[in-house]
Amino acid sequence: MNRGFPGTMQRQDDFIERRARVAALSDAELKERFWQLTEQVVQPLVDLAFTHTSPSVERSVLLRMGFSSIEAKEIVDKCVEQELLGKGAGHAVWRLSHLENIPLRKAGLRLAQGLGWERLQQFWGRRETGL
Amino acid sequence: MSLKVDEKLDIASILTDLEHYHPRRKGWTWRKSAKSEQVGQFIYRQVTEPLKNSCPLPAAKYFGNIDPQPDCVITTEIASGRFEDDIRRMRMAAWHGADHIMVIRTAGQSHFDGLIEGTPEGVGGVPITRKQLRATRKALDLIEDEVGRPINFHSYVSGVAGPEVAVLLSEEGVNGAHQDPQYNVLYRNVNMYRSFVDAAVAKKILAAGGMAQIDGAHNANATAREAWKVMPELMVQHAINCQYSVMVGMPKDKICLSTVPPTAPPAPCVSLDLPYAVALRQLFEGFRFRAQMNTKYMESCTREVTVTHVLNTLLSRLTSADIQSTITPDEGRNVPWHYNNIHGVNTAKQALLGLDNIKELVSLRLDGELGSKVRDLKERACLFMEEIISAGGYFAAVSQGFFVDSGMYPERNGDGIARQMNGGVGVGTIVPRDDDYMAPVCNHFGYNALPKGIDKACDPIAGCTSCKPDKIVWIDELDPEDNVHRRLAECEQERKQGLLRPEVQWQGDGIVCMTMFLPAAERIAEFAAKNIAERMGFEDVEVIHKQVMHPAEGTLVEVKGKLPFAIDPRELVIPEAAQTFSEDTIREYVAEHKFKIVAATVGEDEHSVGLREILDIKHGGIERFGIECHYLGTSVPVEKLADAAIELGAQAILASTVISHADIHRINMRRLHQYCREKGIRDKLVVVCGGTQVTNEIAVEEGLDAGFGRGTKGIHVASLLVKRYKELGWN
Repeated sequence: MNRGFPGTMQRQDDFIERRARVAALSDAELKERFWQLTEQVVQPLVDLAFTHTSPSVERSVLLRMGFSSIEAKEIVDKCVEQELLGKGAGHAVWRLSHLENIPLRKAGLRLAQGLGWERLQQFWGRRETGL
Repeated sequence: MSLKVDEKLDIASILTDLEHYHPRRKGWTWRKSAKSEQVGQFIYRQVTEPLKNSCPLPAAKYFGNIDPQPDCVITTEIASGRFEDDIRRMRMAAWHGADHIMVIRTAGQSHFDGLIEGTPEGVGGVPITRKQLRATRKALDLIEDEVGRPINFHSYVSGVAGPEVAVLLSEEGVNGAHQDPQYNVLYRNVNMYRSFVDAAVAKKILAAGGMAQIDGAHNANATAREAWKVMPELMVQHAINCQYSVMVGMPKDKICLSTVPPTAPPAPCVSLDLPYAVALRQLFEGFRFRAQMNTKYMESCTREVTVTHVLNTLLSRLTSADIQSTITPDEGRNVPWHYNNIHGVNTAKQALLGLDNIKELVSLRLDGELGSKVRDLKERACLFMEEIISAGGYFAAVSQGFFVDSGMYPERNGDGIARQMNGGVGVGTIVPRDDDYMAPVCNHFGYNALPKGIDKACDPIAGCTSCKPDKIVWIDELDPEDNVHRRLAECEQERKQGLLRPEVQWQGDGIVCMTMFLPAAERIAEFAAKNIAERMGFEDVEVIHKQVMHPAEGTLVEVKGKLPFAIDPRELVIPEAAQTFSEDTIREYVAEHKFKIVAATVGEDEHSVGLREILDIKHGGIERFGIECHYLGTSVPVEKLADAAIELGAQAILASTVISHADIHRINMRRLHQYCREKGIRDKLVVVCGGTQVTNEIAVEEGLDAGFGRGTKGIHVASLLVKRYKELGWN
């Protein structure tokens, strides 16, 4: 019976043949093998997370910087629009506050209102000014 | 602020000044081993420190009202949709031994792209918001002080707002959370890349808050068509989440596997579930085990569910459990109700205590069938993991439908949940971090190019909320209609007037449950029961359980309905509770007045235990006060009992009548009273009666001086005798 995911595998229980590969292992060796394989499966997932970010990750940064959930959402949505999420939304706020010499919170609220993004684009060399 | 045992929790005061409340502690707490293994007359090997205030199991009255607390944390899951009502239930659950309170989220919250604020009403759960969490944690502080044991508060970190929810939970002093990216992928169709990227940050935040994490593997049990075939896969799912958590920095002793015994009777569940439980504990040594109860095979019979849960707890005791979860026995028919949370907690406590020390008494035979089944499962899990790698890794395996296939691996039935790598909620939303990516906050997972020369990640912003909680921004309510203040206002008048309605989950919901047997076939019985309830004045009647006793002879039906009225307790006629004198007062009086009684179980009734307990010195009976007792035995005619009183010159007759079929207990009382009158001795004697179906009101109606029901002790009867003697002026 297929539940609506066509093309998924169908196979009789061939455990007897497959187990030949692990049958000779002691219990301790089997356990060690299980966890070695697990690490092999998981390592690329950890690497992906280490090198990537997401809107929710960035909103979590802004919350921790003292912005409300509503403010964080506004800033991150605009950060996505500006294609600057890879810099970090917290970074954007921090950077604007330095560039404009204004308090962090004020910088964040400006970005939430859609202001200050030009300045950041300019700083990061993403967009020519005056266009 | 503190709670008073005889006062209700004041929700209004919990809500006052919430914006300034911060949790007084963070992180998970395990129970502490008891200083002594002795509780009452017994030695226990698996108990923890006692509670300051608690409700013991009903049978505890036979054992000096002891309430031993088992070694594992006990969970209850509460989610009525209104947190203000959940809080009161939490207090009740804590008194029965729950120290892990899970709050289920409202339907749909996992697809909510961001946080919810305020206190809107939920469906099948409560919207998890800062205000809801803060109020609940504040109430739990008071409740844990009242019972004298820390209470772990718990919620969920899944969906497309995982990292933000993790921050929220950590900031608000939530102590444990479900977090498992596989849950999002398989059951919520969240894009797999997004789910894992979010999970790493969320886990790091949970770890920093000292929170315990529970995985989501138990959902495969509930989803798979034949849950017992999914066991090798479950081990793979557990392993992926455990390993992922370890690699992002969570300590092993805060990583809990959510394990469920996969089957239930009539399947031979122990022989199927035990090998799995043992295999897990061997393979996942060092991690913690949250033993969940089976929900897959839960029907609407609460008795059947309870037996399954006791068998589940047997497995916990035969192996191990750090957290014993409970599911309410009514989950198969209602949104769980107050008292069913308590029943669930008590099922776990009762079974755990009853099985205390079982591993010292019996051992598992790993050299036979059990051992080979354990090995079989571990090998299958290992081969599963191997095939994930050969398929191209985890994401490829998911897209090929490896998970929740109904075959026992390596068997494949082609019905797994296949998700597309470039599909699902939140697809295309992750981006690579640039070389100068920065997040100036603590406990952030992943690449982070912080400015050079700083000590702490949040130095550039002069402190993040985990270092400076005052920076947390408080939002009160966003919806002027849908909030706790509106809901409280609706029932405020009745609350102030002290009016009373039955309740199962919400203040004044008016719902009652009624059980009846109808001598009719199932379908007729169902509709008859509904009609009966409606004619009794119930509104919104629903049949919540029916069970055939015989296809033609009859059906058991349980209905629920709403009562359309409230009761004013001040208008009730409540008889005064019987006065109990101190032991010394009774002894002194008896010593001065010397009296004797005759006693027997009357009619055709062979029950003797109850009356013997009232009389015998060794059971704390009235003999010990110096009252001279003449016990005539069982099945004694009432005439013979009264005649004996005359002959012996007794001042009182104690009759016992347990059988109540066709009101025989009433008839016996009435005849005893009348016979004494005929003999002209009624006003010279105190005549009382006791029995399981006897009440003082019934006995007085039948002409006796008093009646005694369940739970009566010698001191109660002796007090009544002394009181009546004084009233009658027998000096």
